[in-house]
Amino acid sequence: MQFKKKAQAGSGISTASMPDIIFMLLIFFMVCTVIKSSSGLNVILPDAQKIEKLPGKRGVGVIWADRAGNLTIDDRFLNPNDISGVIYQKAIDLTSPLKIVSLKIDNQVAMERVTQIHEELREVGEAALNVNYSAKTAAD
Amino acid sequence: MLIKNDKGTPEINSGSMADIVFLLLIFFLVTTTIDTDKGISLVLPAKNSEIVKMIDRNLVTILINEAGDVMFEGEKTAIPEIATKARELIQNNDKLAFSVKTLKQTRYDAYIHVLDQLKRAGAKRISIAEPD
Repeated sequence: MQFKKKAQAGSGISTASMPDIIFMLLIFFMVCTVIKSSSGLNVILPDAQKIEKLPGKRGVGVIWADRAGNLTIDDRFLNPNDISGVIYQKAIDLTSPLKIVSLKIDNQVAMERVTQIHEELREVGEAALNVNYSAKTAAD
Repeated sequence: MLIKNDKGTPEINSGSMADIVFLLLIFFLVTTTIDTDKGISLVLPAKNSEIVKMIDRNLVTILINEAGDVMFEGEKTAIPEIATKARELIQNNDKLAFSVKTLKQTRYDAYIHVLDQLKRAGAKRISIAEPD
């Protein structure tokens, strides 16, 4: 038995709402994208090859240290002794608790300063022990 | 003189709107670079963690001086050679830990290069010794 073909009635899906769907997608991604708001210091990162990506931007605290001896977190200049306090505030933040600390340190900085930062992070405890030394990919 | 348009107002075909929006979307998708942070990950020891005594043969000490020279197990080594040396040692002893010790005036990039070499050698246990 054969089915009869439908009459001429247009059976194609209307594509008129396609732009609306795509616009909606566009707006969804625009809203969801987090654009980095702090600009940081002027640093030249060291280069390395075996580098890992950070998992997104949420729960990441960034400490900047440039060769002139400045230290900033979220664009606020700090004394080395104040790092633990600021990082602790981030660690107990309920909306996005600190998971990893990204260190953006200029390649000319002396290790004395880096050790100071390590010590401050160890003060804070568990949440601040995962560090990531920011580096750029080496040309090889 | 006026030319009459007696066919009514012509409509623009909106079917190609989707194509235009797609094109825009793809253009921005391709040109946007999301800057992902990349770097060398390390876990610092906790403040009041007990000091683990290491057996000497399981510990390799690496010293970096102010000039960026590296002493690998008491032997001066160029930084690019550390990875191969470390890999050989790890193959013989997988419990091996590396202790990286720097001086106060050691430059940060020398330290990162050494860590990078150790990571490339597949070292899992890296410890940071405090400078004196």
